[in-house]
Amino acid sequence: MMNLSTTSSSALVPTTLKKEPGPWLRAWRKLRRNRKGMFGLYVVLLFIAMAIFAPLISPFDPIEASWSAIRKAPTGTHWFGTDELGRDVLARVIWGARASLLAGVVSVAISLLTGVTIGMLAGFLGGTVDSLISRATDAFLACPFLILAIALAAFLGPSLTNAMIAIGVSASPIFVRLTRAQVLQIKVEDYVEAARAVGCHPFRIAVSHILPNVTAPLIVQASLAIASAVIAEASLSFLGLGQQPPDPSWGSMLNTAKNFMDTAPWMAVWPGLAIFVLVLSFNLLGDGLRDALDPKHR
Amino acid sequence: MFTFFVRRLVTLIPTLVFVSMLIFSLQQLLPGDPALVLAGEDPSPEAIAHIRATLHLDDPLPVRYGYWIAGVLQGDLGESARTHQPVLELILQKLPVTLELALLALMIALIISIPAGIVSAVYKGGALDTGATVFALTGLSTPNFWLGIMLILLFSVELGWLPASGYVSPFENLSANLAAMIMPAFVLGNAIAASLMRHMRSSMLQELGADYVRTARAKGLSERVVVLKHALRNALTPVITLGALELGTLLSGAVLTEQVFTIPGFGKLIIDAVFNRDYAVVQGVVLVTATTYIMLNLFADMAYFVLNPRLRK
Repeated sequence: MMNLSTTSSSALVPTTLKKEPGPWLRAWRKLRRNRKGMFGLYVVLLFIAMAIFAPLISPFDPIEASWSAIRKAPTGTHWFGTDELGRDVLARVIWGARASLLAGVVSVAISLLTGVTIGMLAGFLGGTVDSLISRATDAFLACPFLILAIALAAFLGPSLTNAMIAIGVSASPIFVRLTRAQVLQIKVEDYVEAARAVGCHPFRIAVSHILPNVTAPLIVQASLAIASAVIAEASLSFLGLGQQPPDPSWGSMLNTAKNFMDTAPWMAVWPGLAIFVLVLSFNLLGDGLRDALDPKHR
Repeated sequence: MFTFFVRRLVTLIPTLVFVSMLIFSLQQLLPGDPALVLAGEDPSPEAIAHIRATLHLDDPLPVRYGYWIAGVLQGDLGESARTHQPVLELILQKLPVTLELALLALMIALIISIPAGIVSAVYKGGALDTGATVFALTGLSTPNFWLGIMLILLFSVELGWLPASGYVSPFENLSANLAAMIMPAFVLGNAIAASLMRHMRSSMLQELGADYVRTARAKGLSERVVVLKHALRNALTPVITLGALELGTLLSGAVLTEQVFTIPGFGKLIIDAVFNRDYAVVQGVVLVTATTYIMLNLFADMAYFVLNPRLRK
């Protein structure tokens, strides 16, 4: 009896183990094998940790001026040197990660929220609504991304919040297009037809049948959009339209550094390098996600 | 062919209408009374009344749009709140500088990206391909204003070879003009070289796998002739269209590049206008940029159509 029960239970175990892994698990395993993608992921996580734990790891206060240490070259105490007000550049680079990551994530969240909703409406409803939305999307896309963001930020007034809104709104047309194209493809599938046939409410069809199927391309696009949003925030702050002084942001640090290039070149090197590394990592992660999630690559 | 062009032109109209509505509605974002904001600091009641009257601020929104678009169609983009010059005149003054910068940048981008794209497609998977891919990824991730600052540090501050700023008109002194423009043009060109290279690479790879290339090889033609005469010609066509989409990046990038190198162009105009709260100029610049971009896309489509005989019926 004893023997019999063990064999039957051990016979059961392999069948549960052999269960086909879900699409997300499969994508994750694929991403884990992608060295460049994982490198991107680790560096992004490192930056996130840096932003969260900024108060703990920052060697100095990023805002408090010190008149005795103005524009000092890198030393043992100030690894990255000090700026025109004697503030530690390393501390400001660490704290600056907050503005960049916040801008990247919040503005892409805005784009996703507006873009996906409008794109779903266009693709799902079709007809006049679709052609109106499509024309409006074309109009948005006709304005170069950064110029539109500059104009929006200018009219809203310079601040980090408004810069995030401006970037998010300017980037949303890409998500409208992507979502609309996906929805058009999926809404003619048999399972959507079936859901409609059993009397599902259109809203439920949209949310529980169509949305999950457009998630993968949206994730890929979102990770690449964060890379552009980080650059866009840095650009707006560099132009004086983003994070306002004295709060640190890599873009505004470069704006100040531009005026002291011959006397304090270190002020210009580190913030730019930080932008470059963070954006590169998001791009690598985005490429890795594309390889892992795109069915054509499987 | 003619009907294709006409149909393409007709589809432009709704886009242009939406663009104009979008830009017009920017004004609605201004907090508070637009007349007060537009009048600048310490406005007199007369100045406010004047702005109210010229912008028809007491009329409903659609009526105001009607007035505005009627003016725009006649070339009246309003006047600068600061210098009281017509906005169109200001833009036309600055445009040639930016056009020179953009053309030089495009040339540099093509010189880098076309050969790099060909080489990485021909030696797919090799060291040169990896190198080109790394270059493209680096180029896509570098904020171009930072690249500009780094180049100034190297070539102007450290080596003293090139001026860090100071634009000279090419009609005054061509060599001084080129010396001042070479760094900004490189920075701006680099911004689009990366994606142009990617387009070139994938387009070339597609052509190299085509039957006619195999035929050409089977005929015993040298690899050089196969790649440069047969495949390249066909591979360039899609790059033209995709390249036109990069012109938006070029125009956006010009704003930052001009700011770094203090070049008195179109980008400097919009930034100065932003800080002087000269909103008519901001709107004018965005409108002209968007219209230019739409037109360039149209020309690219037409060029694609003319270059690709398979589309002609």
